[in-house]
Amino acid sequence: MVDQQPRNKAELDARFAELYRTHLRDVYSYSYYRVGNHHDAEDLTEQTFLQAYRHFERALRESNGRPLRPWLIRIAHNLAANFYRDRSRRPESAIEDAGMLSAPHTTESLVEGREELKAILAGVQELPDDRREALIMRFALGMDNREIARAMGRTDGATKVLLHRAIRQLEGLVSESAGTAAERS
Amino acid sequence: MSASAPDFESLLREALSPVDPPADLVQRLESTLVSLTELAQDELDSWELSAMRDPRNWVRPAAAAVVGVSAGTALVALRVRARHRTRRQQSASLLELAGRTVRDVADEARRILPDH
Repeated sequence: MVDQQPRNKAELDARFAELYRTHLRDVYSYSYYRVGNHHDAEDLTEQTFLQAYRHFERALRESNGRPLRPWLIRIAHNLAANFYRDRSRRPESAIEDAGMLSAPHTTESLVEGREELKAILAGVQELPDDRREALIMRFALGMDNREIARAMGRTDGATKVLLHRAIRQLEGLVSESAGTAAERS
Repeated sequence: MSASAPDFESLLREALSPVDPPADLVQRLESTLVSLTELAQDELDSWELSAMRDPRNWVRPAAAAVVGVSAGTALVALRVRARHRTRRQQSASLLELAGRTVRDVADEARRILPDH
């Protein structure tokens, strides 16, 4: 952990470049699963890093050496909330219909032919926002409870409960979906 | 689904695999970040021309130019990596920029300083 404050603009920018390199994939993954399509995920990722760049010095100063990933994800979270508020919309489908696109950098190829994974992705989109976000942070980004708590502005205990309930609810949704599919066939 | 919790979490982890950002986003974003630094450099140059007439400001442009170039170098490293350009090429253009800035400062200083 580097906790020394940068001594000049060059060091500050070098630290930002490091943050960018380390967490670009995290921010993009979060954005993608949050908004459900690549086009908006790209916009959200770009805006997140531009905003982060503007406030990086202050964030470093106030972080006291703690990792900045929760701060970055919180920026993305706030921007995503504004995005939906401004455009009066929410993610409408499960991750671009979970398999309809074939871009090489996506997860669509991964879930193709995996009905249980498609059902999980569809279920994730049905969860309340806070539960969905907690699951994305835990399983897509590999954040621990403490990081998630910081990103969401909650206590560690509340985050643990949130994650537990999110998983249980998702299990229920997937189970329901599987039952419905079995009845149809 | 009858999967136990650990199995379900494994599936969840698989379903929510990390997503690599598309190359064009990486290129665009890194260019934007570099542009921010270059914009700051342009503003710095403008500031120099007006402020150099005040002797109290003579130290600042030179120091700022050095900082600006260094900061640019840090961000340019991102662009170099993304676009597979050589670091040497980028450094050369930055050095030219630095050289131009320093020459401008020196020319302006010579122009406004009284002859002794």
